[in-house]
Amino acid sequence: MIELFASSFGFGILLTLFVVGAIGSLLLRKSDSWANFWSSFFAIAGSIWGLVLGTLLIVIGRDLSFTTGMAAWPLLSLTVHIDRLAAFFIVVISLITLICSVYGIGYIKHFYNQYSLGSLGLFYHLFIAGMILVVSAANGIFFLIVWEIMSIASYFLVVYDRHDENNVKAGFLYLVMTHVGTAFIIFSFLLLYQHTGSFDFANWQASSLLIPMSIKNVVFVLAMIGFGTKAGLIPFHVWLPSAHPAAPSHVSALMSGVMIKTGIYMMIRIFLDLLQPIPTWWGLAVLIIGSISALLGVLYALTEHDIKRLLAYHSIENIGIILLGLGSALTFASLNMPTLALLGLVAALFHTLNHATFKSLLFLSAGAVINQTHSRNMEEYGGLIKYMPLTAFCFLIGSMAISALPPFNGFFSEWLTFQALFSGIAGFNFYAKWIFMFAAGSLAFTGGLALACFVKAFGVTFLARPRSTEVTHAKEVSFSLRLGMILLAVLSLLFGIFSGYLTFWLEKIGTNIGAFYQIKSIVSVPSNQGIISVGNWSSVSAPAFFALLISALILVWFIVRFIINKNQKVTTGATWDCGTDLTPRMEITATGFARSITLIFQGILKPSIQHEVEYHDSMSRFLPKSRTIVLSIQDVYQTYLYRPLQTGITALSLRVKGIQSGNVNAYISYILITLMILLFFVL
Amino acid sequence: MMIFIWLAQLICTPIASLLFVGVIKKIKARLQNRQGASIWQPYRDIWKLLHKDEVISRDASWIFRFAPIIIFAVTVVVGASIPLFSSWLSNNLTSDILIIVYALAISTFFLALAGMDAGSAFGGFGSSREMTVSALAEGGFIFSLLTIALVSGTTNLFVIANVGIAAQSQSFLPTILAFGGFFIVLLAETARFPFDNPSTHLELTMIHEAMILEHSGKKLALLEWAAANKLFIFAALGANLFFPWGIAASASLAAIGIGLIVLFAKILVFCFIIAVIESSMAKFRFFRLPDLLVISFILNVVAISLIS
Repeated sequence: MIELFASSFGFGILLTLFVVGAIGSLLLRKSDSWANFWSSFFAIAGSIWGLVLGTLLIVIGRDLSFTTGMAAWPLLSLTVHIDRLAAFFIVVISLITLICSVYGIGYIKHFYNQYSLGSLGLFYHLFIAGMILVVSAANGIFFLIVWEIMSIASYFLVVYDRHDENNVKAGFLYLVMTHVGTAFIIFSFLLLYQHTGSFDFANWQASSLLIPMSIKNVVFVLAMIGFGTKAGLIPFHVWLPSAHPAAPSHVSALMSGVMIKTGIYMMIRIFLDLLQPIPTWWGLAVLIIGSISALLGVLYALTEHDIKRLLAYHSIENIGIILLGLGSALTFASLNMPTLALLGLVAALFHTLNHATFKSLLFLSAGAVINQTHSRNMEEYGGLIKYMPLTAFCFLIGSMAISALPPFNGFFSEWLTFQALFSGIAGFNFYAKWIFMFAAGSLAFTGGLALACFVKAFGVTFLARPRSTEVTHAKEVSFSLRLGMILLAVLSLLFGIFSGYLTFWLEKIGTNIGAFYQIKSIVSVPSNQGIISVGNWSSVSAPAFFALLISALILVWFIVRFIINKNQKVTTGATWDCGTDLTPRMEITATGFARSITLIFQGILKPSIQHEVEYHDSMSRFLPKSRTIVLSIQDVYQTYLYRPLQTGITALSLRVKGIQSGNVNAYISYILITLMILLFFVL
Repeated sequence: MMIFIWLAQLICTPIASLLFVGVIKKIKARLQNRQGASIWQPYRDIWKLLHKDEVISRDASWIFRFAPIIIFAVTVVVGASIPLFSSWLSNNLTSDILIIVYALAISTFFLALAGMDAGSAFGGFGSSREMTVSALAEGGFIFSLLTIALVSGTTNLFVIANVGIAAQSQSFLPTILAFGGFFIVLLAETARFPFDNPSTHLELTMIHEAMILEHSGKKLALLEWAAANKLFIFAALGANLFFPWGIAASASLAAIGIGLIVLFAKILVFCFIIAVIESSMAKFRFFRLPDLLVISFILNVVAISLIS
């Protein structure tokens, strides 16, 4: 059993399943339903296989490592090394893929006779196989190849709904940004190659001490930009809010829940594993970047009324929170405090897992809503809880989990992140203390703002009266969609309640990393795993809180319902309307709900108001015909970063164009000059 | 014996909380040269509301119907998880500072959703205001509890109350600053002046009342009661974490009795301060409130940096 899964053979089978799925659905593209069946079947089979493989590797604690391909030409060899960390990411990828594929069976039916299901299946499988290979690759060149497979496959998934011009634009932005990121990654890998003479991760790790610190610092900056672009760190996030909504919802869930985590994986791998020992400022820089991403991500989410863009901005926020855990891990590791570093890493990994579950849950429920209402604009929803009760319930669970409300899983990973930050505040006495304080403060405010944002998202979408006729035609979605959502909702609760067990295993994953060998754990208490605790400093028990809350709920409900005044009469009436007819326009809108927060943070968000009045009598302006007010948020990154960059590049290109005279003699002289300069350098 | 003490701990919050609402109203009335209703009036009000029939909006969903129960249950759970009259009870399961903060956030979450559910304009803006205030209060709340946790060397509330005096005498200034920050959060979270006016139904000013406008009968009773519980919880936290004198440190009945009396005395002082504030100053304009909440956060940042 173990040999079947946890071996190079098992890994081969895993890839084969996805490749067969990809090719098969392409061959079956003539029949939509067959392509759907084939693609979903192999995606589910493959992800179950991956789940078993990853779990087994974690549980038995064996590293899976092999190389195939042409030994004579190492550049083209396929070098795979799966330790517990990689296995953990395989588990996360497979788990979310499994559920998204189940959801997909029903969800992609609305693409029938509109788009080719065969090509969807092809890119879907390539995308998943790419992600699994990204976390398994142990060689720079091989990594870059599979990284590109993942990026390009996801690009095609983003532009899948290609009749909408916005999606094509979003896809192009994504393509450009992801390749800019890849360019930075290539630079950093080349630098490492230059100083170690190899592309193998193992060699990088072995000769880490030989790399000069200045080069390491450059590699850090380059890798941070490169992988940060994929992870969606502000200010490299611009592609994320437009690309994630454009993809089909189950793919959005995968991109937001899993794909951006591959950036996090590589940050952990390179900074915490390969390049040890590291300077302290790396961790502190990651903390600052994480705090800013978390806070700005949630602020931008608040201003959104496109439900999928809102969720996409929350991905930026949660990546920021993961980086807070990772940043404290890096800081503690560099200061030789491995126990606390392990705490930070466990927090980061746990939040990775949790974010993957609740963010996919939210994307899938948003997808169900969009499927029924044919709109992503929250202002056109309202009252959906009566038409789609189960979807509403799942979205509610997701909202509570992402807002870090106990006993759902989001709370416990944020709790661990807070503990890591608190330890930094308590433990340091120099400027690092202030950075940890800034990070903890931003996490605290992020939590509060996320709560506000999800009250808005849930309230405007599901509560009150319908704001459009589309809503009144909405029905509960089909079985496979419901199954996918329910599975994730249950997982969100279970990961919360069993957080004590999970942290126990996450610690095992952490101690597998070179820097943490043989570290005494402070996070979990193996004898009493219902509790997560951090030394004597603090402890919390998910099962106890859950049991207490549930029993209090039942008790209160029972007493109020059956003991006090059980013959109470309940009549249904209209909402108090102050004597007018209550219309849906009187309900609070998504924009209105967030307006006060937007105004409070106007220094950051730069909101703008445009009034336009049209008059019957345009000369004297006494009788207005119509008034419009446009509220918008200025895209500061576009204005202050990307636009100047673009003009700069264009201006530079125009200058460079000057040397292209069209004269062959001139070109030959350029070649000659270049040759002479090169010869000068070589000799 | 232990069971009875835990039971007392469990029911202390819901039983005692309404009294202090009555006390605040009484003090306010006296300050306005009125006789005022009896301090037991809130109990009669709740009893009356529990026996009334209900009207539910036809636009409302199960969120509207179950939110009062959830909110009330959460305040009961939180009330049972914080030190009230004794610090020797130990609870390392649900007495962490963060789980208290985020458990109270559950009640805010459902209160705001219930406010939006009936689809009235009042409920919507009430929820919006409530979420704005509570989002900005979160930083001050967590950091004030963090300050006291750093002073005491643990985040467990019972242990903080236990080691409190010894630890605080060494870092007096941070404790006082953190208390200042905490008190601002207390006013914000319990919908008191200068954040909210608990005795008005004016659409320009109301926050908490706007959200519960559509509830009636038992649901209104539970919501009012939960609000009283929340006030009691915050006052008890303020009393026992920042001024942990007189709290029972042993299991003897005398110590517990003293603990209860001292707790009530301290909360009465809080009530008096709140009543005086409400009688002597005006409510702030809504967009001035963030300044106050940021002050609460900054006070705590200063406090943490002062801890040696």
